[in-house]
Amino acid sequence: MTSRFALNPRRRLLSRLRADYFGSLPSGVMTLLSVAFLLWIGWTILDWAVLRASFSATARQAECVASGGACWSVIAARWRVILFGLYPYEEQWRSALACLVVIIVIFLSCLPKFWTFGRLAATWVLGTALFYILMRGGVFGLAPVNEQQWGGLPLTLFIFVATSVLGMPMAIALALMRRSDLPVISRVSGLLIDTVRSLPLLSILFTFAIVLPFMLPDALNGPKLYRVIFGGALFFAAYQAEIIRGGFQGIPNGQEEAAKALGLTYWQRTGRIVLPQAFRLALPATINQFVITFMETSLVVVVGFVELLAAANAAFQTGEWKFAYVEVYAFISVIYFSFVFGLSRYGAYLESRMNAGQRKE
Amino acid sequence: MAGALSWKSRTVRNAVLQAVFVAALGTLIVLGIVTTRANLAAQGLTSGFDFLWKSTSWEMNFTLLPAGPTDPYWWYLVLGLMNTLFMGVIGLAGATVLGLAVGLMRTARNPSVRLMGTIYIELFRNLPVIVQLFFWYTVANSLPPPRQAIEAGGFLLSSRGIYVPGLAVSRGTTALAVLFGVLGVAACFWILFSRRFRALDAAPRRRLMLTAVGVGMAAAALVLFLGLDPTAPWLSLPQPQGLKVQGGFRIQPEFYSLAVTIITYGAAYIGEIVRGGFKAVGRGQTEAARALGLSPWQVFSRVRMPLAFRAMLPILINQYVWLIKATTLGIAVGFSDFFMVIATSINHSGQTIEFIGLLMAGFLLINFSLSSVLNRLNRAIALKGRQTGGAA
Repeated sequence: MTSRFALNPRRRLLSRLRADYFGSLPSGVMTLLSVAFLLWIGWTILDWAVLRASFSATARQAECVASGGACWSVIAARWRVILFGLYPYEEQWRSALACLVVIIVIFLSCLPKFWTFGRLAATWVLGTALFYILMRGGVFGLAPVNEQQWGGLPLTLFIFVATSVLGMPMAIALALMRRSDLPVISRVSGLLIDTVRSLPLLSILFTFAIVLPFMLPDALNGPKLYRVIFGGALFFAAYQAEIIRGGFQGIPNGQEEAAKALGLTYWQRTGRIVLPQAFRLALPATINQFVITFMETSLVVVVGFVELLAAANAAFQTGEWKFAYVEVYAFISVIYFSFVFGLSRYGAYLESRMNAGQRKE
Repeated sequence: MAGALSWKSRTVRNAVLQAVFVAALGTLIVLGIVTTRANLAAQGLTSGFDFLWKSTSWEMNFTLLPAGPTDPYWWYLVLGLMNTLFMGVIGLAGATVLGLAVGLMRTARNPSVRLMGTIYIELFRNLPVIVQLFFWYTVANSLPPPRQAIEAGGFLLSSRGIYVPGLAVSRGTTALAVLFGVLGVAACFWILFSRRFRALDAAPRRRLMLTAVGVGMAAAALVLFLGLDPTAPWLSLPQPQGLKVQGGFRIQPEFYSLAVTIITYGAAYIGEIVRGGFKAVGRGQTEAARALGLSPWQVFSRVRMPLAFRAMLPILINQYVWLIKATTLGIAVGFSDFFMVIATSINHSGQTIEFIGLLMAGFLLINFSLSSVLNRLNRAIALKGRQTGGAA
């Protein structure tokens, strides 16, 4: 059938579409059913979220319920709490600016131009420092704001960035230790990696937040936020170390042997030959790990931090807005989704770009 | 040789380096233990595992077997472990079934079906799992109170939980019956994959498997029958009564919101694994099967499915271990899994180090046994020898 229309692109397209959507009776039924289902879902959401929704910033429960649709008034009334948590109201422009800094840092590190060790490290360390100064204050005439008052999106982003900045060097160290020729060092590092990987992240966060104070002398006991970030970084490092190890395994032995034959030292071989290639091979998995880490920041709600999720919970649990929880969750879901979906699409794009040379056909 | 002992010798340098490393690590650990003991002693606590036999004085809000505040800690830990495994089994089974459906949708030829699968996966995979959990939990708690519970076919939906019609038996009886049923199914799988039964022909082996399942189910039915309360009707239906609900079997919001989260979230990941597995089945295999005149169902069930299963099992094992760990999220909504029992115990007893040790041991045990069972399964069905062309 296809061959008869082979020379006419439009007819060919039509016949292919027909074969795809109505190739057989079950397929046709499935098409009709799924299209009907998608249309119904789409219409329901459109009707609820736009057509019958109440957008007025002053509307209260009665008006919202009467309209029968989404009550976006809750966002209009509470968006500051959701986004910035308990951060002092007059200083919230600093929170917003700090978020912008992080977004710029993430954006810059997505550009291939920044893919040298020096530039990436500089961007992330500078970005983190700028973020910290903006949020913490106490210098340049900014009023000091304690970490306990941080909340909402900036806290989520801070935990993500700090975990990554701290975790990446740890991951590299663990991965190098694991492939070390010294048996004791590689065994210990292997044991550490495997133990951390077999534990749930929640239990690690819990240990660092609540149990660690018992185990450390008081002098080493930082604020809870930094202990939790350290725990998250350890968890990140254990997974990322295995990803880097996967990268190591993809490098032909000849590379390192040639470097040795040229008389390069261990650090030269590692820094110039092995690590860059390992990272290139491990790039898709690394980005996936960043995506997972971003989503896992929301777990700190369990040890009592008011990040985006906890702030959202607080925003509708005040009695007055209790009925509008779907709207609040929809709002933060859009925020999470845009970060995560954007990053993972970018990862997929990179993967296809890197495979362009090896693609068959 | 004098050179052998000098700093320039690589052997000496390596030995010294490792000795220093071990010494530093040892010092760190010893310091940690000393500090902990000092801190605990300052609070009047002694280390050791004697507390395991003390009674807990608090209650778990979800148990499979009867428990009360006078029960000792070790019993609570066992119950917590059971809850984790229970949730894990339900979550893994549900996520696998739903994930298989989603994965098949993603590999369908029909683009509109494919689109539905894609939307599902992108939606559930790109939102943090704890956000989903809080959402479902809030939904569960926003159901009407028991007085105005929604009735649907003998079910009662209320903010106190979902009430389903249940047999009038005690909880211990149900647990025993489920145990027998699970044992039967496990024996069936053992016969399917163990080397001992390899020598048998397909027909007697299948008969043996059916017998195993049948005996297990019969034992379960017998236990249930013997456990029935003779004075009451054998099926108890939930009835709203004042502020509460009488009769029926209550599924707590904590439990089912966590189960729904793990199933839907896990299914999104498993769906992608399933799709990858089917993509790994060579076109040649399918075409050859079709050329032999197999029906579409036979091509699927006898050729594509087994080959895809072989390709996806190693990744699936990791995903299962990961999902089991995700049951610890229960602490966020108050489902008493192993981790929550540990956390509550630490709060009440102060025996921090011991409980953290037990926590690690428990999860190492779960993960190790799960992955070793699945790895045996993987070895049993993996391609033998070094042939790689088949599934690639």
